[in-house]
Amino acid sequence: MSYTRPLDLKHGRVDLSHGSGGRAMAQLIHDLFVRHFDNDYLRAQNDGACFPLPAGTGRMVMATDSHVVSPLFFPGGDIGCLSVHGTINDVAMAGGKPLYLAAGFILEEGFPLADLQRIVVSMAEAAREADVPIVTGDTKVVEQGKGDGVFITTTGIGVVPDGILLDPRRIQPGDRILVSGYLGDHGVAIMSLRENLSFDTAIKSDTAAIHGLAADMLAAVPGLRALRDPTRGGLAAVLNEFASAAGCGIVIREKAVPVRDEVAAACELLGLDPLYVANEGKLVAVCPAEDAEHLLDVMRSHPQGRDAAIIGEAIVDPNGFVQMETTFGGRRMVDWLTGEQLPRIC
Amino acid sequence: MKYIDEFRDGDIARKLAATLATEVQPGRSYRLMEFCGGHTHAISRYGLLDLLPPGVQMIHGPGCPVCVLPIGRIDSAIELARDKGVILCTYADTLRVPASGGLSLMRAKAQGADVRMVYSCDDALRIAREHPDREVVFFGIGFETTTPMTAVVIQQAAALGLTNFSVFCNHVLTPAAMVHIMESEGDPSRVALDGFVGPAHVSTVIGYGPYEGFAQHYRKPVVIAGFEPLDVLQSILMLVRQINEGRAIVENEFTRAVTREGNRKAQARVAEVFELRECFDWRGLGEVPDSALRIRAEYATYDAERRYGMAYRQVPDPKACECAAILRGHKHPRDCKVFGTVCTPDHPIGACMVSSEGACAAHYTYGRFKEIPLRAEVSA
Repeated sequence: MSYTRPLDLKHGRVDLSHGSGGRAMAQLIHDLFVRHFDNDYLRAQNDGACFPLPAGTGRMVMATDSHVVSPLFFPGGDIGCLSVHGTINDVAMAGGKPLYLAAGFILEEGFPLADLQRIVVSMAEAAREADVPIVTGDTKVVEQGKGDGVFITTTGIGVVPDGILLDPRRIQPGDRILVSGYLGDHGVAIMSLRENLSFDTAIKSDTAAIHGLAADMLAAVPGLRALRDPTRGGLAAVLNEFASAAGCGIVIREKAVPVRDEVAAACELLGLDPLYVANEGKLVAVCPAEDAEHLLDVMRSHPQGRDAAIIGEAIVDPNGFVQMETTFGGRRMVDWLTGEQLPRIC
Repeated sequence: MKYIDEFRDGDIARKLAATLATEVQPGRSYRLMEFCGGHTHAISRYGLLDLLPPGVQMIHGPGCPVCVLPIGRIDSAIELARDKGVILCTYADTLRVPASGGLSLMRAKAQGADVRMVYSCDDALRIAREHPDREVVFFGIGFETTTPMTAVVIQQAAALGLTNFSVFCNHVLTPAAMVHIMESEGDPSRVALDGFVGPAHVSTVIGYGPYEGFAQHYRKPVVIAGFEPLDVLQSILMLVRQINEGRAIVENEFTRAVTREGNRKAQARVAEVFELRECFDWRGLGEVPDSALRIRAEYATYDAERRYGMAYRQVPDPKACECAAILRGHKHPRDCKVFGTVCTPDHPIGACMVSSEGACAAHYTYGRFKEIPLRAEVSA
């Protein structure tokens, strides 16, 4: 018998005691986080998690990502699953097999416990589906007005097999650029709910862990030059990062870039360019030209890559410009985003 | 996406370009100004310049509302938000426009001014209703396109009896600016322009009638064009044909949205709420007579300029900046010494670099690679 008043997960709210290091915090961790993330490492209640590495492991990879998305819940997902997917994908884009996650929560005083539970359950499901347990974490509570409900930072650890070396500096002129599917779904789903901008759309966020797809691709084409998930800044940011790192140019073909009609329509309405809109379950790959068709087949045979496409190639260009052949046969630059993509006034 | 794809068909574009190439007379130059920033954006974004024959030259005009907003007006908006403690509501792309002292609305916001980005002036009205204890000012900018909405919210505020809402009106007029460009050299015959691609959205409101006198008086053809790439190409072809035939009339390519009369209801609302200003300072163009609107005395309560006793202070553009010449079509962005070096979209010095519709920003973002030759082409 613990004689502890249970957490009111229906009507309760986060208060400063939940971050104080006392009984309330221990209860929150035990009744919410440990309960849903449930695994041996968490149950041990240490500040860190000790784990063995798989035999014959190559190199380790670690990635961390902070999530401050607004709104917290959106079509196709929420900040919880997003925080799991985002970090798993960061590990996977380094060629790693994700093994474990750590999660840090910054909660704002007054945040409903029911919403927090919804987020935690979503994280737990995402971690279970991806088979990457959350093994350690941290919780802090800030005063009302000093946060935005919930901020979540997740850190992932994984292992990269020997022989895999993903590095955009290895990209060479002639290499092909591929994407795993339709672009812009996540960004448009989020924007459809933003205050002052709500519009009806059937588009759902594409948030997903894509380490399985990445693993299949690396198994089929170990000579892959680079992988990157086009999150904030979209495809345009990734291509500019690649071109800048490799010191070569990139040309893509507008016709080949997969964008759903609904996403294109929403971007039209808002005066945005889908190339700059965020994604959470897609990847961009660069491989030698001779491997491109095989890689495309492998991607298309995976459920998360069935709409994959070869969209362009690297070229010799010491300026590192990214260009796009438009559907008209003209060319234009695909430059870095300036500031935030903001809707035009007319 | 019906109704969009039809206007982005590459095959039709190539056919149009081929027709254009056969109709352009060898040795003749066709200097066409697209007045509207939306056209500048479309031309750059779709790489349309690559499809034009050598004789056809597009000149980016002053039709970007953000670009023509003078520094003094942004300074006043910042003062309202920072010193008068109002909630200043503004459209997104005004946030980055450079003001005096290295400031912009975005930087003022970071320093604590209550500046809020809105997607429509309705949102500003809503914010005023939600914060009855705060003064809310809507920073109204734009050409004839956005003016009717501002008129409607002022009337709504009046109907609701709101006492904490006002509008800082900076709405400007297209035909007056076109006239100013033709008169800028003192003698219209010295202005090296052969025709105008007329605004799309503006014309949905005012119709194409208001350009008829302009075309006739200055002997310059005007073709009202939609913002889709095929609209722009088609309008260029129509202009080339008029020039070849020595005609100078207003033609309407954008028939799916524009009529001669325009939107009478919208015009009526604008007339009820606004009246002509004798003069308005445009960034790059200077003082332009009869080129802007102010709020009528009947709605004085909702006029932020009267409410806060705002006095306009003219602030000269930065010396190194060639925006004035670029907005008039006298210079190309690449002719400006600070283009792409000191002045970039991340750190705009001049107005043309601020909005994606500005001539310099469009050229920097989409076209600057053409001035730096590539050492090799796409691999086979």
